[in-house]
Amino acid sequence: MSAVAAGAYRIDPYLIPALDGVAYGLLVFVAASGLVFCFGVAGILNLAHGTLYAIGGYTAAAVLDGGWPSLALALGVGVAAASAAGVALAGLLTRAAAGNHLTQALLTFGVALAGGSLLVSAFGPDDRPVNVPAALDGSVAVAGHRYAAYRLVFIVVAGLLAGLLYLTVRRTRAGMLVRAAVDDPEMVACLGVSPTRIRIGVLAAAGALAGAAGVLGAPIIGPGPDTADTVLLLSLVVVVLGGLGSLTGTLLAALVVGEIQTLGVALAPSAAPFLLFAAMAAVLAVRARGLAAARRST
Amino acid sequence: MTPLLAARAITVRYGSLAALDGVDLRIDHGQRHALIGPNGAGKTTLLNVIAGATRPGGGRVWLAGREVTRRGPAARARRGIGRIHQRPAVWSTLSVTENVQVAALPQALRPGRWRPGAARSAARRTADTLLDRVGLTDLAGRPAGELAHGQRRQLEIAMALAGRPRLLLLDEPAAGLSATEVGRLVDFLRELPRAVAVLLVEHRLDLVYALCDTVTVLRDGRTLAAGTPDEIRGSELVRRAYAEGVT
Amino acid sequence: MRDELIRPLRGVVAAVVLAGLVVAPWTVDDYTAAILARTLALGLVGVSVALLTGVAGMPTLGQTAPYAAGAYACAVVGGSVSDVGVVQLAVAAAAGAALAALTVPLVVSARGVVVLMITLAIGELVVTVLGRWRSFTGGTDGLAGIAPVRPFWGLPVLAGDRARYVYTLVVVAVVVGALLLVLRTRVGLVLRAGRDDEARLRASGHRVAGQLAGVHIAAGAIAGAAGSLLVVAQQYISPADFSFDTSALLLLGVVIGGTASVGGALVGATLVIASRDWLFGILPGQAPLVLGALFVATVYLLPGGGRRRPRLRGRPQPGRPGPGPALRTGPDPAARTEVRT
Repeated sequence: MSAVAAGAYRIDPYLIPALDGVAYGLLVFVAASGLVFCFGVAGILNLAHGTLYAIGGYTAAAVLDGGWPSLALALGVGVAAASAAGVALAGLLTRAAAGNHLTQALLTFGVALAGGSLLVSAFGPDDRPVNVPAALDGSVAVAGHRYAAYRLVFIVVAGLLAGLLYLTVRRTRAGMLVRAAVDDPEMVACLGVSPTRIRIGVLAAAGALAGAAGVLGAPIIGPGPDTADTVLLLSLVVVVLGGLGSLTGTLLAALVVGEIQTLGVALAPSAAPFLLFAAMAAVLAVRARGLAAARRST
Repeated sequence: MTPLLAARAITVRYGSLAALDGVDLRIDHGQRHALIGPNGAGKTTLLNVIAGATRPGGGRVWLAGREVTRRGPAARARRGIGRIHQRPAVWSTLSVTENVQVAALPQALRPGRWRPGAARSAARRTADTLLDRVGLTDLAGRPAGELAHGQRRQLEIAMALAGRPRLLLLDEPAAGLSATEVGRLVDFLRELPRAVAVLLVEHRLDLVYALCDTVTVLRDGRTLAAGTPDEIRGSELVRRAYAEGVT
Repeated sequence: MRDELIRPLRGVVAAVVLAGLVVAPWTVDDYTAAILARTLALGLVGVSVALLTGVAGMPTLGQTAPYAAGAYACAVVGGSVSDVGVVQLAVAAAAGAALAALTVPLVVSARGVVVLMITLAIGELVVTVLGRWRSFTGGTDGLAGIAPVRPFWGLPVLAGDRARYVYTLVVVAVVVGALLLVLRTRVGLVLRAGRDDEARLRASGHRVAGQLAGVHIAAGAIAGAAGSLLVVAQQYISPADFSFDTSALLLLGVVIGGTASVGGALVGATLVIASRDWLFGILPGQAPLVLGALFVATVYLLPGGGRRRPRLRGRPQPGRPGPGPALRTGPDPAARTEVRT
């Protein structure tokens, strides 16, 4: 074996988990951003968020057959289906207990329960495999290691999506409304936009994002009976960690969560379950002190 | 003699807007002091800083000689600051009596010996007395949420007094009151024990002149003038400030 | 009109349910008695949810965490400390209180629906941790073979499901009774005042943060004690007993029972859990679907249709009650001062 080749294999063995962490983190970011919009703009704690992701995932499992056209189709159908589910959810929320955040959250839970059951009866109780396009199915050499090609491409695509989200929120009128609503929800009502329209719009967007994440991320967090719960929990942790003020905060939090779930597990397998909890506890505790001080400066 | 309240160089900024810019204030024991000025002058902000609800970006606050700048509203209340808010703040699901009782509790808990219910009965006695003074005894059992605006204002005054304050902060107490109610309020404030100092934020200058020994005029976050009501009434500076004051 | 029917209806239902619970030892079979004991334990957790959500105004989806802590503490440690039920209750309550004390800093600065989010995340994470901590908790296989328990020194060991059910019933009655008594004192008044207008409470000199910490720890102790009851009733525990689904069901039960009512919470939670068990019994495959649909329907049918919303603590702004119209209670809203003069 030549000296060069021998040298290449001494590269950091944690590179792959770290890269995985980026992929995972970006996936969680796209998925969580829907929850952030929902909560930040309309104050809805959407406990059916994971179910919307699962819809995307199951669509991918059903439609993908290894060819590129199927990927495009899966994306289109998945996004549309999840978005439609979001709109239906908005419809349910409008009639019942409008303005009562507590019962709204409970209602979304009911939908999650029912939706999850429907998905399991339609697709079976096992985790479903997905057939990615053949070209992406292999592995690629990265700094002396082999890494799944799909995940590498996913990082690029998710990164692009994140960039697109950022641009939308910063540069478009809709994005401006979103930022305004997060800052001061009452103001938006004063602008003459009806709360119903906002609810529908926000839940449709949340559904679209979650559905897209579900389709594209299916090889990473695949569709199965536990997917909805997992994605919901991860999204919640990201939202709590990242605060609701900025997309950048959410992105950072998502990357941290992604790294904890991959690199953290590789570095300290026995401590793995505690890491997420510890991270959340640390961030919240720090933020709590900041909030307590800030509140007194109004 | 140490003033009851001393505030020095108080600055509060919201972004680039200075709600208060280097304001000083001094109130002696038993003094009746008014804060007036056109809208946006910073009067309520200053009240909030004194009460501890707003942390100033700069400046310090002393209460009876001890610095309280870093202390929150609860600590300052226990040290003798009572306040009523622009919008009467009462506890709607509690009865009128219970409102005053809860407000009286921190003071009722003072004596060292603990007997179950002792604090509560002491608080109830205080509540009964105060409700009688503000004239709400008939409504004692009603939920505070059912009270009319003027009655809520009286209730909040009773709650503020229940804390045995040395300094009472009143934020536009006459707002929204009928003429009769205002008259009652003025009489009530006049009858407050001399031991209680008052800092009154008011738009109605007739009340200010009737009740207060001294007046500070704020404008755009700064002190424009300070002195006795007569001095202020005669001041050209003040007259112009009100004429030009932007609403 | 609907509101006028609700109160007497609640009273009737509560009376029926409570009467049923009392006569159960003589009227049901062993299997049902065991199920009922477990349901009552969950009902007690529901009481802790009501204490936080309704009385203190901090809605929670995370009481399964101290519940689990209490249950595992009792199962793992309690057996070796003593076989007296009261001691195990104390151990479990202490474990629940300790966990609550640890999580207080995470929750105490948040308000409104953010609390729901944070408590949900905490609850889920604690249960995940318990599931993976095989050396201590046996992981997802759970813990079995738990020794039987004597309710009090000098009494015989509880043998049989009926005896265990009576023990559970007595403990729940005592704990709920004690809680109701405490809430009649100034503690209840102060908590409700804080729920109505926290800033006014501060302005009157009360140490609000301490009060909130206290109520969290108390709720943790109650849920922990319920964990001990679960261990006695089932003699087996696993992470599946503490899933987030349970939290949501309990919260619904509490809301049905009248959020601020402790007794109502017990009845409501018991009913919801019992309904879930019944549904899973008769429709094993479709149960989640039907349960979900019933969930949605129940929320629609709630009294007041949302006009009379449960009072929750809002951002401390004097003179303003809790979360108001639809779009309020967002995240860290921009500072709202009163009209500046």
